[in-house]
Amino acid sequence: MADKGTVIRVCMGPAGIAAGGKGVLEAFSKVLLEKGVGAELRQNCSAHQVGCIGLCARDVLVEMDNRGAKTTYQYIKPDMVERIVNEHLIGGSPVNEWLVDSDFDSFYQKQFKIVLSDVGKIDPEDVDSYISAGGYEPTREVLMTWIPDDVIEEIKESGIRGRGGAGFPTGLKWELARRSKGDIKYLICNADEGDPGAFMDRAVIEGNPHSVIEGMIIGAFAIGSNKGYVYIRAEYPLAVERLKLALKQAYERRFLGHNIFNTGFSLDIEIKLGAGAFVCGEETALIASIEGQRGMPRPKPPFPVSKGLWQRPTVINNVETLANIPYIMRKGSAWYAKFGTEKSKGTKVFALTGKIRNPGLIEVPMGIPMRDIIYEIGGGIDGGKALKAVQTGGPSGGCIPASMLDINVDYESLAKAGSIVGSGGMIVLDEDNCMVNMAKYFVHFTQAESCGKCVPCRVGTKRLLEILTRITNGEGREGDIERLERLSKGIKTASLCGLGQTAPNPVLSNIRYFREEFDAHVKDKKCPAKVCKALLTYSILAEYCKGCGSCMKACPAGAITGEKKKPHRINPDRCIRCGACFDACKFKSVAKE
Amino acid sequence: MEKLLENIIKKYLEKEGNVIFLLQETQDAFGYIPREAVDFFSMELNIAPSRFYGVATFYSQFRLKPIGKNRIVACCGTACHVRGAEKVINGLRKELDLPAGEDTTRDGQFTLEEVACLGTCSFAPIVLVNGAVRGKTTADSIVKEVKSMRKKSHG
Repeated sequence: MADKGTVIRVCMGPAGIAAGGKGVLEAFSKVLLEKGVGAELRQNCSAHQVGCIGLCARDVLVEMDNRGAKTTYQYIKPDMVERIVNEHLIGGSPVNEWLVDSDFDSFYQKQFKIVLSDVGKIDPEDVDSYISAGGYEPTREVLMTWIPDDVIEEIKESGIRGRGGAGFPTGLKWELARRSKGDIKYLICNADEGDPGAFMDRAVIEGNPHSVIEGMIIGAFAIGSNKGYVYIRAEYPLAVERLKLALKQAYERRFLGHNIFNTGFSLDIEIKLGAGAFVCGEETALIASIEGQRGMPRPKPPFPVSKGLWQRPTVINNVETLANIPYIMRKGSAWYAKFGTEKSKGTKVFALTGKIRNPGLIEVPMGIPMRDIIYEIGGGIDGGKALKAVQTGGPSGGCIPASMLDINVDYESLAKAGSIVGSGGMIVLDEDNCMVNMAKYFVHFTQAESCGKCVPCRVGTKRLLEILTRITNGEGREGDIERLERLSKGIKTASLCGLGQTAPNPVLSNIRYFREEFDAHVKDKKCPAKVCKALLTYSILAEYCKGCGSCMKACPAGAITGEKKKPHRINPDRCIRCGACFDACKFKSVAKE
Repeated sequence: MEKLLENIIKKYLEKEGNVIFLLQETQDAFGYIPREAVDFFSMELNIAPSRFYGVATFYSQFRLKPIGKNRIVACCGTACHVRGAEKVINGLRKELDLPAGEDTTRDGQFTLEEVACLGTCSFAPIVLVNGAVRGKTTADSIVKEVKSMRKKSHG
């Protein structure tokens, strides 16, 4: 008997699409129609596209929801769809070998979803799907029955702090902007997710764009603004497309535009495409960019809440912050403040990536032990290697070493450990990752992204990079580590904006916890993780070498000699340490140390 | 070309004179910012060319040289970096035989761009081949694909 009332949800989040979600969705539509399943049960049995379901590593994920009883399939490809329809929908018994395994439940157990509660359930391209999940009800209630000061009070009570990185209390920011004098005020949604290795905002916009728009309406009402902007990265074409569509739908339903709900309140929202500059995460730089100029920051004060875009009072909120607002207004500040710690309320979305078994998008209550995130949600380290550290906060953050895994993930605890919550990137490093190389990677990034306006950042990051480069090239000098520390402190103190003030954090944090690894590079000219090529020596283990010649072919320097079927040799004088032989050898007979 | 540029100016004037918008439209139309376009805008709008170049060189989105027929975008975000993006990129540069400091092949067939993050970190390392996402790439897998594309374009 065919299931009546089954909803099929195909993950079309960033990773779902990368894994071929579109093909799977099309296959479902086609097979359902062919089998007559769609024709009979058009209302009840339909395939939807949804945003990120979370466990991206298993994409394409397909969820069959029969009135709340859910079955989830993993790694689905278009050619597997017909069997699922035949056996599961028509035959009534699931295809057991394609179902998710037990880790799938542990991935969700420790999570608690507020921002992501509707992501993966609603169709992001259908406004009715959001409305039937309770969407735009908070907006209606706020606009019709609340006064702005009470909205601000409610948000203050909830304790939510900016999710973009700095953690400034959102309610307070709104209050400051409301009190600023001016006839015109602006609200900007910062969707220029610049932290490399993070995709929280992308997933929220792609999975539930209306929640962001709704947060903007409520925020604009609270501060007294009639014009909003969404500043979004051009590198996220799908997010831009879905946001455009959502705005169009919101205008059609008159949630946006003139005289919303006949309350006399009006709001227009416009999209501004960011042109790619990390420094535009800094509020004043973002404002310069919206004004059409080079995105360079200016000194504060005056703060944007009093003099921002075109010299008018301006509030800039991050995507995740705004997407929380409708849920806080719906369930109340007291409910929201129940989650998290005393000073870090609510939940936080993280992009869990790197050397982890179950990479994906997670939402957890603030204050959760890091250990739970890595081992229970993430399923431990990929490939049975040992955990080395967890990098949080991207280029502005630092690392939490494996020895401190019991730390609670909240603003205060991470700051005390020398890192930050940041926007939510969480990158797991294992024993094969070199901490000097990681510090160099981040400084390379910030140095390239430094806008060049102030000397400490422009020149300081350049010098940091030079020192780190020479250390990884085996040319580290006595005193280089102390030099890095001194220079870092100077850059942090003297830089104009957040980019420079935080750029040395990965260096300081890595030195703090992995000093011996820096020492090994500088003094012993060794890279313990075997990453820094110039510090490695390659040799061929004669007992394993079959003499196949593939290393000889791969070597660009002609450093390998040997007869066929006899052990080969590497001439250390000619070897350029590129590692081509190591990658080429199928018998693991090339050793590096 | 002039007609296209005139249209862009018309839209620009409606957009409160936003130089970034103007350059984005230009790049959409030509794939890069041609020098002639900047000269034209400069004359028509009475804005110094340095203002356009100042903005164009500040943001990573803009390019001042023509783009190749095939566009390969390699992600160098942190998640891709720890999973070996560098090897993938080096493999591609070698296969495409890119001149030092250049991102486009001499024959104009391929452009290799590096971006900070594409937000698909669970499938790191990521490479986009003409807009299509390739996840969990290795130097071998991606070089193989590029090789077969080259064969097609030459044969």
